[in-house]
Amino acid sequence: MPALTTFSLTAPLFIGGAFAILLALLPLRRPAIAASLAALACLALYLPQLPVISAGVSLFSPFWGSASLGIVGGLRLDGLSLIFAMLITGIGALIFIYAHGYLSDDPRQKRLVVFLVIFMTAMLGAVTADDVILLFVFWELTSLASFFLVGYKHESLKARKAALQALLVTGSGGLALLAGLILVSIAAGTTSFSGILAARETVLTHPAATPAMLLVILGCFTKSAQVPFHFWLPNAMAAPTPVSAYLHSATMVKLGIYLLARLNPLYQNEALWQGLLTIFGIATAVTGAVLAFRETDLKRVLAYTTVTALGTLTMLIGIAPALSITAAMTFLVVHAFYKAALFMVAGIIDHETGTRDAASLGGLRHHMPLTTVAAVLAAFSMAGLPPFVGFVAKELIYEAKLELGQTAAFLILGSFLVNAATVAIAGVLSWRLFFGKARGFAQPPHDPPKTMLAGPILLAILGLIAGGLPAAFGNALIDPAVTAVLGRPAEVTLKLWHGFNLVLVLSAATIAVGVLFYLGWERIVPRLRSLEAMDRYGPSTGYERLLARVIAGAETVTTTIQHGSLRGYIRTLFLVIAVGCMGTLLVRKGFAWPNAGTLVDPRLGIALLIIAGSVAVMLARTSIQAVLAMGLVGFATALIFLSFGAPDVAFTQFAVETLLVVILATALMRLPLRGRDLRTGREKAIDLSVALGGGLAVSLMLAAVLASPFDPRLSLWFGTESVPSAHGRNVVNVILVDFRALDTLGEITVLAIAAFAVVALLRRTPRAIETTTPSPNLSKAEGSR
Amino acid sequence: MNPSLILRTSAPLLLWVPVLVSLYVLVRGHNDPGGGFIGGLLAAGGILFFAIARGPEAARRVLRLSPVSWCAIGVLMALASGLPALLAPGQAYLTHLWWFPNVGVTLPLSTALVFDIGVYLTVIGTVSALFLALVELDDRGEVE
Repeated sequence: MPALTTFSLTAPLFIGGAFAILLALLPLRRPAIAASLAALACLALYLPQLPVISAGVSLFSPFWGSASLGIVGGLRLDGLSLIFAMLITGIGALIFIYAHGYLSDDPRQKRLVVFLVIFMTAMLGAVTADDVILLFVFWELTSLASFFLVGYKHESLKARKAALQALLVTGSGGLALLAGLILVSIAAGTTSFSGILAARETVLTHPAATPAMLLVILGCFTKSAQVPFHFWLPNAMAAPTPVSAYLHSATMVKLGIYLLARLNPLYQNEALWQGLLTIFGIATAVTGAVLAFRETDLKRVLAYTTVTALGTLTMLIGIAPALSITAAMTFLVVHAFYKAALFMVAGIIDHETGTRDAASLGGLRHHMPLTTVAAVLAAFSMAGLPPFVGFVAKELIYEAKLELGQTAAFLILGSFLVNAATVAIAGVLSWRLFFGKARGFAQPPHDPPKTMLAGPILLAILGLIAGGLPAAFGNALIDPAVTAVLGRPAEVTLKLWHGFNLVLVLSAATIAVGVLFYLGWERIVPRLRSLEAMDRYGPSTGYERLLARVIAGAETVTTTIQHGSLRGYIRTLFLVIAVGCMGTLLVRKGFAWPNAGTLVDPRLGIALLIIAGSVAVMLARTSIQAVLAMGLVGFATALIFLSFGAPDVAFTQFAVETLLVVILATALMRLPLRGRDLRTGREKAIDLSVALGGGLAVSLMLAAVLASPFDPRLSLWFGTESVPSAHGRNVVNVILVDFRALDTLGEITVLAIAAFAVVALLRRTPRAIETTTPSPNLSKAEGSR
Repeated sequence: MNPSLILRTSAPLLLWVPVLVSLYVLVRGHNDPGGGFIGGLLAAGGILFFAIARGPEAARRVLRLSPVSWCAIGVLMALASGLPALLAPGQAYLTHLWWFPNVGVTLPLSTALVFDIGVYLTVIGTVSALFLALVELDDRGEVE
């Protein structure tokens, strides 16, 4: 049933898009709840496809493409897309309900919800796109949505900086990605993912194969916060908690992982791909784990553990065999469950106690029993304790590495440390916060409203259920995804109990060391924090310096070019014309004289008018006289056009000249212009030579143009095509509105922008003075701080 | 500015004659000299004269919407005129479509006309925005 497939694949995108617009326009009382229903509707459209996808079929639907641009378009739903689509819509629905409670007293709640809906739709588009260009468009849309969501509290300088940083890092990565994807599709001869994967050999043997791969990896690494681009993610915690839980843990940051997985069938046997992913993955995982131990702010701790998880996922994709891809897909889902739950718990704690400082809080269990349940269940899954699904994932991760043998010793060691650190952080997030002595709050906090509890509790329980039924969970969701990532079917059964083996020993040891880390947490954090070198030489500092330097450079260029002296601009303009024309003529040896006969023409009389006007401009005593004299030049030019049979051009010239004279006269009568010429003699000499040079150069150029034969092909074509294909006899207008309509569209856009600029510049209301947006100078100061 | 009585009295004439002529120029433009750009300039000229004769406030009342709004409407019309082509198979954006309905006479209707009206409105908006902003500068006593 292709029609039904098309419906269930395209409808979520249209629901999301239409809903975002409606939401923005309609005054709804509970926008977040409505958004949650929209997310559920999308989920309901994907869910019926689960049995088909589990059977190993992938569904295709035509979707926007452009033959003239060579874009194939189309949507595809396979195991990998479905996992993501279900996480996006399912967790999305819970996040929206949570946001309803979290932002209940925020008057701008709707704005946040609208951007979240746009984001959700863009994510769904990105993970179901079967076309690299389509994917890229949605990919960038998620970055934009993230920018507005991180900068939601736009009064705060920190939020604005974090939003800009996230946008710049993921945006520049996006450019690299675009270049890479274009190279890949040129090599494959198609923009469709299915086509690219089918043309594997051709793509890999193309001369640009390696640069293309590196560019794609760069894009994925920035999006998924891999070392050295990891720094934007913790800073993005300036966003409200629902955003952090949704974008920056469960979904958006996994888009890079998604694309790596999507392209894995293409690159999986490439040593460079495997090496880069594995090395940067483990480096990111370890960096995240270490940095998590420098923080006590709950959200930043969670952000660094997210970095760790993203590193682990990248590494698992890099390792490549079926077992490790299974581990990656399992961990992907597991992490989304527990991390979103824990973020929401962190938000609840912040909401109820007014602080997110893990070091000062404790004993919340007595006041927030339901929150405690959610936190502890989620943290157990995070720590990888049986019977939670986190345990299943961790066992798989160890198993995948052991399979590699001794070469992977450093990977096993790295993972061991990372996992132990994760166990310790899970302990901090559950045991430390909720048990022990009650502290860290003035008023006794209590459980939040049901809307805020529903999400974390449900996700935590899902982690337990999936752990209890690993085989069913694996067959329905994980296997089809693994098949998609590997490009071939793979049978790895998910189990809770693997028997007594090395993996189990490793797991037990991890927990033991994790407990040690947990016990030492209070001592480790201040010690790591005091290592200032980590701040001074980190990539974050590099980013700040680079940004400051770019802004300083832009300022230098701007002040050099846009110096504000009209006389200077005109001097530059004519100097460029003079040098350009003369230079071209000299280099190309283009000096030529037309036949003397063509120069003798009765229309030369009009030229006398032009000369008279020009002389009058120079002799004029007042500006008004000069303007009128210049009008004479313009009108004479129009006469020339008319005499050569170009009534449209002449007509326009007349109109423009009239308006110009009126406008200039009005302006000159009002603006405080100096009447006298204040130039020094030297300046006058320079101006004179520039003017003469410009005039001479243009005259010589015109002479050369007149001497060369006229190529009539274009005018002939327009002449013959005008009536049959555009139904118009006036060729000039047909060119303007039809043949070259896109140019005209650009021109009127420029006109409109100019109008906006004039109005903005000339409007001197007090509002303009009160503006608090940072000027270039201010942001420079911020950057160098 | 202190316009004479003659100028003030003839202001409506100075406004509406160019505007009417501009509409004629706009419509005939596809087959004879004219079109949206020239038409827009003519109409803007009428508005300028009116603003000189009766003052910028009166000119704004004639325009009803702010000049930049007319710019926006114009650009949006031009943008939108290219969209119907996307519905036809294999046509690129801004490929104009034509209809020749017969209502006694054959009317040549097209998306090209919509595009040209967009140009017309943008030009009117831009020129009047520029001029009115200039004229109003010293009306607020900003320039000494």
